[in-house]
Amino acid sequence: MTIELPERLQGVERVRAIRTPSELHYTYGAGVATSRFLHGLEQGKILGEKCPVTGRVYVPPRGASPEVGLPTTEQVEVSDKGTLCTFCIVNVPFYGQEMEIPYVSGNILLDGSDLPIMHLLQEADVTKVRMGMRVEAVWEEQHRPTLETVKYFRPMDAPDADYETYREYV
Amino acid sequence: MAEHILSEDEILTAPLTVEYPYHRTVGPMQGAFFTGLREKVILGARMSDGRVQCPPTEYDPITADELTDVVEVADRGEVMSWSWVRHPREKQPLDHPFAYALIKLDGADTGLLHAVDAGSPEAMRPGLRVAAKWRDEREGHINDIECFVPEEAS
Repeated sequence: MTIELPERLQGVERVRAIRTPSELHYTYGAGVATSRFLHGLEQGKILGEKCPVTGRVYVPPRGASPEVGLPTTEQVEVSDKGTLCTFCIVNVPFYGQEMEIPYVSGNILLDGSDLPIMHLLQEADVTKVRMGMRVEAVWEEQHRPTLETVKYFRPMDAPDADYETYREYV
Repeated sequence: MAEHILSEDEILTAPLTVEYPYHRTVGPMQGAFFTGLREKVILGARMSDGRVQCPPTEYDPITADELTDVVEVADRGEVMSWSWVRHPREKQPLDHPFAYALIKLDGADTGLLHAVDAGSPEAMRPGLRVAAKWRDEREGHINDIECFVPEEAS
């Protein structure tokens, strides 16, 4: 239904929408296990933590084994090389995007770890990206306590990993 | 590698901001109200019982019929009730203590919630006459009115 405006407002452009932005400010506390992991990154190391029962290594560690619920206490340094288990080629722009499209986001199973991490893949021809591709971390020169200190992963000049080594993660 | 227990100050924290850049579409009656604000005019709606509601809703609060009769009200009126804000937060209308008040504008029968820049809570009282302080740049938003101020100061 059209609503008639008072005479002096006739002809003006109607407001059809209003801004209602919302912002939530948090202080994120990384917790003990993730802080250990982040301090490791500062020294250029990727540290996982081991389940005391199954021996599986979690990266990034959250302090407890999700399988058995017991604290993980043993730290294990894992490799900064790994296998691309699954990936997504991002072609669609979205709000808050920082990367140029197309870019590749992938789940990477680091050698020595039993849980893939999500990270960027760059220096790669997007048409040639595939499951099982071997990739390596490219680090910032000055390491910081954030996973962003690994700028991205790039393909290695190496044969693809055997499907059996990552079939659990696809 | 041996177990490494962290001391309190080794536990890392970081600021984390979550933002939702929403826009909300408004109905024809609220659209009229916000259009009015952009043009420095305050509009209300005539309800089925003849009273004027400001700010207007899309539907009559008694009969639930669509409201279509736009009524211009004044940009000044009187405080119905209020609450003093001692420590304003970042996104609140003013950066110093103020009152949130229900203001019955002249020509309206219901209250509009807005900030009153009164200086101190002692200056506030029901029936206090206040007037809108308009922004120079308006976009069709409730913040097109910066706040209300006591009428003698306007």
